[in-house]
Amino acid sequence: MEVKEIIRQENMVYQRSSLLTSKPFSYCPGCGHGTSNRLVAEVIEELGIQNDTIGVAPVGCSVLIYDFIDIDFSQAPHGRAPAVATGIKRVLPEKVVFTYQGDGDLAAIGTSETIHACNRGENITIIFVNNGIYGMTGGQMAPTTLPGMKTSTSPYGREVATMGTPLKITEMIAHLDGVNFVSRQAVHTPAAVRKAKKAIRAAFECQINKKGLGFVEIVSNCNSGWKMTPVKANQWMEENMFPFYPLGDIKVDGKLVKTL
Amino acid sequence: MTEEIIIAGFGGQGVLSVGKILAYSGIMKDMEVSWMPSYGPEMRGGTANVTVILSDDRISSPILNEFDTAIILNQQSMDKFEPHVKKGGVLLYDSNGITRHPVRTDISVYVVEAAAEAARMASAKTFNMIVLGAFLKLKPIVNLEHVIKGLEKSLPKRHHHTIPMNREAIQRGMEIVKPFEMGVTI
Amino acid sequence: MKEFLLMKGNEAIAEAAIRAGADAYFGYPITPQSEIMEYLMTEKATERTGMVVLQAESELAAINMVYGAAGTGKKVLTSSSSPGISLMQEGISYIAGAELPCVIINVVRAGPGLGTIQPSQADYFQSVKGGGHGDYRLIVLAPSSVQEMADFVPLAFDLAFKYRNPALILSDGVIGQMMEKVELFKPIPRTEQFDQSWVITGKTPDRKANVITSLDLEPLPMEKHNHHLQAKYKKMEDEEVRFEEIMCDDADYIMVAYGSSARICSKALQLARAKGVKVGLLRPITLFPFPKVRIAELAQRVKGMLSVELSAGQMVEDIRLAVNGKIPVEHYGRFGGMVHSPSEVLEAFEKIFIKN
Ligand SMILES: Cc1ncc(C[n+]2csc(CCOP(=O)(O)OP(=O)(O)O)c2C)c(N)n1
Ligand code: SF4
Ligand SMILES: [Mg+2]
Repeated sequence: MEVKEIIRQENMVYQRSSLLTSKPFSYCPGCGHGTSNRLVAEVIEELGIQNDTIGVAPVGCSVLIYDFIDIDFSQAPHGRAPAVATGIKRVLPEKVVFTYQGDGDLAAIGTSETIHACNRGENITIIFVNNGIYGMTGGQMAPTTLPGMKTSTSPYGREVATMGTPLKITEMIAHLDGVNFVSRQAVHTPAAVRKAKKAIRAAFECQINKKGLGFVEIVSNCNSGWKMTPVKANQWMEENMFPFYPLGDIKVDGKLVKTL
Repeated sequence: MTEEIIIAGFGGQGVLSVGKILAYSGIMKDMEVSWMPSYGPEMRGGTANVTVILSDDRISSPILNEFDTAIILNQQSMDKFEPHVKKGGVLLYDSNGITRHPVRTDISVYVVEAAAEAARMASAKTFNMIVLGAFLKLKPIVNLEHVIKGLEKSLPKRHHHTIPMNREAIQRGMEIVKPFEMGVTI
Repeated sequence: MKEFLLMKGNEAIAEAAIRAGADAYFGYPITPQSEIMEYLMTEKATERTGMVVLQAESELAAINMVYGAAGTGKKVLTSSSSPGISLMQEGISYIAGAELPCVIINVVRAGPGLGTIQPSQADYFQSVKGGGHGDYRLIVLAPSSVQEMADFVPLAFDLAFKYRNPALILSDGVIGQMMEKVELFKPIPRTEQFDQSWVITGKTPDRKANVITSLDLEPLPMEKHNHHLQAKYKKMEDEEVRFEEIMCDDADYIMVAYGSSARICSKALQLARAKGVKVGLLRPITLFPFPKVRIAELAQRVKGMLSVELSAGQMVEDIRLAVNGKIPVEHYGRFGGMVHSPSEVLEAFEKIFIKN
């Protein structure tokens, strides 16, 4: 039997997004960035907006996202993606503009740009991948690192007294009037992936319908930085990250749906 | 005396750490040393290499394009560094995973079956020490005692119990290294 | 017996900062220098000396933390690599304008922009010509070994306090990542022995209030302040020039190189000498103040100079200014993260000066 005979169009249940290039992902095996990149590509393709969408790549492990999704991109300086996206969106208001950022990028060096883009209600979409660490630079502490968690710059565990508590920036953003949709999701199981995709789609639709800023946090793993196997990392994430960063929609249609 | 060495292979083979132990051994013999690793994205691709220089004099460049000895532990490194061994220099390699053996005739080529031997010793961790032993047999710049002192210096105390095993591995390496014979498949 | 350690350049800097009695380090991770903060944390700098070590939310924050702490008269340092140093420039300009001492370390990587994390010397202009806005200079030290990475930390602090001016240690990925033998100096206790008259520690009735500022709304006093700064930079040029000469005495040609490129050139020099070509090496240790007087002297008796930099040619402009047209001055270097080898340097030298 030929492959063509087995894979018939009517039998097709899943197909690789045509927006994904043939370049292999540069992520470590088991990393949530790969799935998150894929979901963004699928949503853009399903919404049929690939010709009108401009992405803004961050500085972090996903800096090369422009190699993986075949649409126009601008690569921003570390933390500045929301400002770069603002610039693009303001001069091309009919285009769909999104940023894809890590927690160091969005919640440390880029906090100011993040909060002000949200507060202005920029009609853009922000995808925020929170793995509680700086993956790209070799596992240093991020603002989102959990108390007691070991990283290369908190080798004895994050000490709250000197290093602060993890920043729940998503909850902060949800309080800003300019933000229309906020959701926190994960991509570690098929069920979680389905929900995350739905949220990403909602955040893009929010922009397309000119309702304001859509913000999706994806709580993710960094098995390299956490120094765990992918399986162990996902388990650790469920046990430690999710209680601190609970999953679910936070703001829908401009209204908080969760008491914070 | 100056010995300029490149050690190259995969990330997990202990390439950088064997280089470090060699450098430490040099310090134990009061030599000047330098250790210059490849770093960054090059390493994400899986390959790692380190240039180690031991010398009686002040070391000039830590970055070189010609080496007295190349210690080669994978095929990519063979392709990359075989041409960069100095005329009359030494190429030492482990044939495990090597699909194209060295072809140069103006250098001395030696083989150490370190991966196989480490498997026999039932300790993957001894792999790089076997390689080090083979190198020291060919180029006795430092002796076993310098290496052991170097290990004591560079290993955290909690790993000092591994030193006897490392000593044994180095000695095994010294025993099993052999010249590569052109045309003979190993 | 002397004790030698095998250390990475970045680790040597961190250990030296602890031993130099630094009061505070503020930084933000960036390759290829993240080991500095990692070492300070792992080696428990705070427990050892009481030194403050804080990971800031950005380089922008880090340099302003330095600005704040330096105003209290403490020994403060930060480290970063090229993109992070660019981000700090506004703060550095304020620090220079307000005349505060501090140490800044740049472990340079290749740009422009996000560039690559591989070594480079393309931040020369930014380092020696000021970097941020306004007429100011940094004292710039260029270590070329791990030993110098350690030794230049206390030296940088001494110079920074002597002149009340930021001092920059300009290193790169090669010197930061390589390991060499180092002999560490004895720890210096954290004491404040210098003039404390300008610091902000709380106004006591016996003195007038101190204000750390770089602002003056009136141009005339601002001009006066600038004259004062220029006089200070002139004094540095008169008194603080440091360089090393290798085989320059009988040289027909001189290579000028600093930091990692100087190391590569010293090997190229050996290769050249083995061929009977009389080349010497001048290694500026201070890039500001630049050894322009010595270069001008050498230009009286050699046939040509080659600036060898891991850049498209930046220091070469300062050499040309010093030589003032007397002899040909050319540049050679790989850049964008590529590193020239000793034989490439020799080949370029021969092509430029011997074959023509
Ligand atoms: C101005 C500046 N500072 C620092 C860096 C170094 N840097 C690159 S990525 C990164 C952090 C990435 O962490 P995160 O945003 O959490 O992304 P992840 O890699 O974890 O996905 C840092 C600090 C830089 N490139 N530019
Ligand atoms: S370092 Fe961490 S975040 Fe980066 S690709 Fe690897 S697992 Fe993912
Ligand atoms: Mg992260």
